[in-house]
Amino acid sequence: MKGRPAPATGLLRQIDAVARAAFPTGLTALLMVLAAVPAGLPGLVPAVALPCIVFWAIFRPAALPPPAVFALGLLGDLLSFAPVGSGVLTLLVVAGLVTRWRRSLAQQSFLAVWLAYCGVALGAAALEWVLQVVLGWQLLPLAPGLYQVMLSAGLYPGLAWVLSRMHEAMSRAESAP
Amino acid sequence: MIRLSIPLRQALARLSLPVLIALAFGTMLLGKADAVLAERARMGLADLLAPIWSALQQPVATIREAGQEAEFLFNLRAENARLREENERLRRWQATALALEAENAMLQRQLSFVPEAAPAFQTARVVADGGGIYARAVLLGIGPNHGVRKGQIALDERGLVGRVTEVGLRSARVLLATDMNSRIPVVLESSRARAMMVGTNGARPRLQHWPEGSAPVEGDRVVTSAEAGAFPAGLPVGIVRRSEGGAPEVELFARLDRLDVVRLFDYGLAGILPPEAVTRPEPRPRR
Repeated sequence: MKGRPAPATGLLRQIDAVARAAFPTGLTALLMVLAAVPAGLPGLVPAVALPCIVFWAIFRPAALPPPAVFALGLLGDLLSFAPVGSGVLTLLVVAGLVTRWRRSLAQQSFLAVWLAYCGVALGAAALEWVLQVVLGWQLLPLAPGLYQVMLSAGLYPGLAWVLSRMHEAMSRAESAP
Repeated sequence: MIRLSIPLRQALARLSLPVLIALAFGTMLLGKADAVLAERARMGLADLLAPIWSALQQPVATIREAGQEAEFLFNLRAENARLREENERLRRWQATALALEAENAMLQRQLSFVPEAAPAFQTARVVADGGGIYARAVLLGIGPNHGVRKGQIALDERGLVGRVTEVGLRSARVLLATDMNSRIPVVLESSRARAMMVGTNGARPRLQHWPEGSAPVEGDRVVTSAEAGAFPAGLPVGIVRRSEGGAPEVELFARLDRLDVVRLFDYGLAGILPPEAVTRPEPRPRR
């Protein structure tokens, strides 16, 4: 006689799977909220959001569906008092492009991914700048955008190291029977 | 969960990104068309997160203090020499101030001068950075039954910080004097010439529009002007400095990079607010 699996285990497993699926988005949102605590560094919120989005889009795209990116972008816009929608569009475009390139990116060395990330951050800052200029209808200086690129490029290695440890742990948990 | 056929699910997955990008444009238009809605959403979120940020203040402050302590120890000798010199200078000033105070009191008695009432103020803690890449602002955590209004003036213990632009239930946003959208009418104290202090997002706002023939002099004290009814006259702002390019800038008294507590003064003024603050300042509650 074949015994059915205990229902509690099934439920636990489901909770586990849901938690794992929601983890990348939740962690990114938490980091963004924490980044808003004043630490003497202005503009930390978008600089923290971009590395997380790019990392998960390369290594675990299933965990970062477009609606989650939309929500994270909206959170960033509201937190940083940027024109609503500008960060949403930037993050969606970045996530879309990186997901398209992920096959080639995921096989590269860390240094190559970092360089690619710097390019992506530069593009994102340019798009953000254009959107802010158009939405606010005033010419903005370029320097804060470049500072933003350098800040988020500098944050990427540290964040990527932590996130890749988590990614490995999640992969191990998934492959476990 | 609704079960969908695999091709349909794939089609939906492929469609979701373009649809959401279109929705992002829609959000932008909505935020542009209905600025009040966007403001309410922002302050709602800030109200929601303010308790969390307040709770985080303690550990953050501890870490920052530890760093400062190390810096103090490192600079102990130089700092001591500087303080000795400054103390010497201030002692002379104290004598002058006491003499002037006595003289002022005597003159006021002779003129039967009616003094202005000391303005009411409340103290609020800075809980979060309220600016993004292109803005300089801070979020304050305030109690639920606060009397904070738009247009109130924020000062730290040294000088002008900025103005309240958005008010929520448990939080308020202060646009700093260094923000690009900040325009503050000021008076150069020695020449009594009026000028505009224009924020640049950098640490030192620039001076503009001073009358011909009374260019700002290095080291001159800058105070607020009552012009346009946005600020009371005479609040301490900063000192004129020349930039490397020779343009006059203001070195602010307030330490905007390490704000932790600000005082919000209610002068009952309803002058011009920054452009993104769309709604008019609320009237002062009757006493």
